[in-house]
Amino acid sequence: MEETGGVKLLGFWVSPFAQRVKWALKLKGVQYEYIEEDIYNKSPLLSKLNPVYGMVPVLVHNGKPISESIIILEYIDEVWKQAPLLPQDPYERAQARFWAKFAEEKVRQSVWEAMCSSGEEKQKAVKSAVEAFEEFEKELKRRGTKFFGGETIGFVDIVAGCISYQLAVHEEVGSIKILDSSRFPAISEWIKNFLNHPLINEGLPQKDQMFAYFSKRSKEIASRKMSHKTA
Amino acid sequence: MAEEVKLFRTWSSGYALRIVWALKLKGIEYETIFEDLTNKSPSLLQYNPIHGKVPVLVHDGKPVCESLVILEYVDETWKHNPLLPQDPYEKSMARFWANFGDDKLMKSIWQLFIAREKDQDVAAVEALENLKLVEEQLKGKKFFHGETVGYLDLAFGWFADFVSILEEIMSLKLVDGERFPHLSSWIQHFIDAPVIRDCWPPRDKMIIKFQVMRENYLAAATPK
Repeated sequence: MEETGGVKLLGFWVSPFAQRVKWALKLKGVQYEYIEEDIYNKSPLLSKLNPVYGMVPVLVHNGKPISESIIILEYIDEVWKQAPLLPQDPYERAQARFWAKFAEEKVRQSVWEAMCSSGEEKQKAVKSAVEAFEEFEKELKRRGTKFFGGETIGFVDIVAGCISYQLAVHEEVGSIKILDSSRFPAISEWIKNFLNHPLINEGLPQKDQMFAYFSKRSKEIASRKMSHKTA
Repeated sequence: MAEEVKLFRTWSSGYALRIVWALKLKGIEYETIFEDLTNKSPSLLQYNPIHGKVPVLVHDGKPVCESLVILEYVDETWKHNPLLPQDPYEKSMARFWANFGDDKLMKSIWQLFIAREKDQDVAAVEALENLKLVEEQLKGKKFFHGETVGYLDLAFGWFADFVSILEEIMSLKLVDGERFPHLSSWIQHFIDAPVIRDCWPPRDKMIIKFQVMRENYLAAATPK
């Protein structure tokens, strides 16, 4: 690839990780070329640009690839300074990084595990997910702002944002209930505000397509687990 | 007004050691609080209520948790002797490899360490593949950061120590000089680097600690 400029994003239509990067680029008004990858049939381009993980998203800027969505967000924020995602103050930045990690590892990940597991494992995963939501709810309440970062969408909002449009689908596919709006009013309100932003809501995958995709994935993961157990 | 910096750590935590090094490299005065994680202090639970883990850095009463987050905080607060590269792309690469070290590399090394003898060969394959990737990153460089120690060196610091511990306990050679010349060389340089070399936890204590851990894991894995 002989690029000397321009921004490319390799993504997958339903990937919440790629969606984070799309949101960041859109919020900053950065023009980019989007390349849809079939992650089940990886292109030579993807393998070349992300040799370590072979996953999306990959951002390519001035011919140089960057992988891992949260790392890409930090890069975008440093290169394009308009509509800053992270606060300026080092302590506030550290808090944002902490909560972004929490949103990824505890909030998003636990919902995924709850969806894909069964029996005792599922019960444990749902419990973890609810605990993570409780912490997130507490912090949102403590901040008392429209979004995690304040009055405008920021770093943590973007990282956690996948739950705004995928959680309900995961709950349905996994026959689980995590987001009880009476138990999590701050999160429920945050989701509403987040999805209300035109750049956030634009181009999100359709619910029925997500349902079909995650149902299939969930079954595949379950059968892989069974074959490992009996192997 | 004098700044107050406290670091909650354990004697052996490689994560906490990253912050010890960072503070010392920047010449920052701080108070150390050693924790016993089987009997956590009220202060630790107050400063890190969500995870209750070390390290926690408390700067003028405000806590920062998660070692890689703390490293970035330290670097942004005390700007002399920068640990991270200035260039955004190079910074991204440092963050990427630090995460790789903690996610993929550490997990695969640990899996090898606790593997039963019959599973060791399989576990070694993934560990060695990951080591090869790290080896590539060191080509043409003394340290990950360049001529001096930086963020990524501190992030991989646990590895410099743990490799020899694993090799002694398991009686095997994991990072051999022929297969991994750059990694071997980095380990030698890092272990002995100024400031770094003064902070290593006592080796005999580490050997005992990890020997016991390994025995416990192997005993738990053995079918009764």
